[in-house]
Amino acid sequence: MSLLKARDIVRTYGQVVALDGADFDVEEGQVTALIGDNGAGKSTLIKILAGTEEPESGEIEFMGEKVTLNSPAKARELGIETVYQDLALCPHLDAVSNLYLGREVMRGGLMGALGFMNRKVMRQGSIDAFNDLGATVRVLSEPVGTMSGGQKQGIAVARSASWASKIIFLDEPTAALGVVQTANVLKLIKRVRDKGIGVVLISHSMPEVLQVSDTVQVLRRGKRVATYKTADTSLEELVATMTGALDEEAA
Amino acid sequence: MTTTQRQVQAAEGIVDSAKMTLLNRLTRVQAMQIVLILAVIVVIFSVMAPDSFLTTFNLRSIVVNTSIFAVLGVGATLVIITAGIDLSIGSVLVFSSVVGSQAMAAMGVEGWGAASVGAVVSIGAGLMWGLFNGVLVAKAKVPAFIVTLATMGIALGLAQVITGGIDLYEIPTVLVDTVGFGNVFGEVPTLTVIAALVVVLGSILLHRTRFGLFTYAVGSNPEACRRVGINVDRQLIGVYGISGACAGIAGILSVAFFQQTTIGGNSMTALTVIAGVVIGGTSLFGGIGTIFGTVIGLLIPTTLQSGFIIIGVQSYWQSVVVGIFLIGAVYIDGVRRARMQRGTGRKPKHLQIGGVRIGVQQKEE
Repeated sequence: MSLLKARDIVRTYGQVVALDGADFDVEEGQVTALIGDNGAGKSTLIKILAGTEEPESGEIEFMGEKVTLNSPAKARELGIETVYQDLALCPHLDAVSNLYLGREVMRGGLMGALGFMNRKVMRQGSIDAFNDLGATVRVLSEPVGTMSGGQKQGIAVARSASWASKIIFLDEPTAALGVVQTANVLKLIKRVRDKGIGVVLISHSMPEVLQVSDTVQVLRRGKRVATYKTADTSLEELVATMTGALDEEAA
Repeated sequence: MTTTQRQVQAAEGIVDSAKMTLLNRLTRVQAMQIVLILAVIVVIFSVMAPDSFLTTFNLRSIVVNTSIFAVLGVGATLVIITAGIDLSIGSVLVFSSVVGSQAMAAMGVEGWGAASVGAVVSIGAGLMWGLFNGVLVAKAKVPAFIVTLATMGIALGLAQVITGGIDLYEIPTVLVDTVGFGNVFGEVPTLTVIAALVVVLGSILLHRTRFGLFTYAVGSNPEACRRVGINVDRQLIGVYGISGACAGIAGILSVAFFQQTTIGGNSMTALTVIAGVVIGGTSLFGGIGTIFGTVIGLLIPTTLQSGFIIIGVQSYWQSVVVGIFLIGAVYIDGVRRARMQRGTGRKPKHLQIGGVRIGVQQKEE
């Protein structure tokens, strides 16, 4: 089922046309790879779909209904979460606090009204979330700043995955990671997909894209120029489409 | 190690902080190191002057002398955890005590009625200054260092304008007798009990509530907070407001203790308190700190001063020793931060204190 349909999105920054009538689709329970050369408009498109930027024109349909994503809060309300490249974790807080940041579980009654949190529930929820996704977080009470890049990525993805009920955007989740850590994050992505969530993966690594995605959508000069089923495409074809050596709108 | 092994470990090996032993958790608290230092200082003075240092009278005076600073320290700790700074607390203390005293004078000076109105006016005035600082820092984006440097001058200046620079002496006798010099439970000074209450409430707020968590979070990564929908501005205004209110409480306590306002006597107060906060393990760069550490950090200068006087060393040495501790504390904090920076894989940002960028950029490991 189609979760999100973006049509004819236009966004310019002064003289620069970042998106020039771009289309984009996200399917339920699938990993959709979004690829394109630098400056193709990937980041702008994600920002618009995550609600941090507004398009000048174009339509966004979410589960069959037209929506206006004018704030990140609005996107989150719809079950859309984003993991940015810089992860946006608080390095001095522990994994539990980061996972629940801004969505703390409060205690009931008067204590809750006074601002006391239910740490027990949050701790258990974090253990469940990390186990569920196989994130390699081993110590819940350490500040996340002392953890490895892979563990931080694991926490950032787990945070978004536990709140995203529909779609999760991952902006270059493996860019700063080593081989083993990358393998873990890719495994994590598959697990999130298996929960029925639509995963959008932005990546520059074609082998990675071919390994985890179900479909690939290619942006070039602010337009979607191709959509491939991952099983039916090849590294050469993707690179050719990205760079414009091959121009076609495939089904 | 293969990935499957890692996976298994991840699934079964999550260490839950709640299951760690008490000792284990205690030694993890940064402030414990500073407790050891204080303990060593106490032991040294006790050995050198066994008859006069470890007396009830002396310990009582150390605790009383730290009490007002500790109240200020609660607010200052919160502010510094947000990576801010509040230089205005000494002047706000003076301003609050002046308007508090005036209110008491207007109520006819004597009696509990006048005293309580004075306390409310004093705390209210402090709160207003704090909120004013907070709004300028959060909304107008003026660096905290500059905002509070300015309000430090403005609050003291206004206090001098109001009084013509002459201290006010009309303080209710009940306030002086009970809060200033009274005891509860036999030998425990009321002033200290009130300060302890503020410290305990502040600690609960910081370490147990969502407000406290957001305070750490805003100091750790404000951008991350914005992305998850935390109202960073409101949090900052709240934190500066609390700092101001603490200065207001300290204002009325100070009036009760000294039986007068202390217009000329608080020029170094903010720096003394900030030094105590930093010695107590709170990071000037935000995200780290405890109120417990601040109390210990503030006890060190007063203990040194009292000890030096007793063993016959010039008490001016206290400033020298505290200065050395201060440099040591900030050095250790820098080492700690460098350790934390490992593996972020991106350029470290410029360090800022109170919104003012300081020259060094930490090297990536």
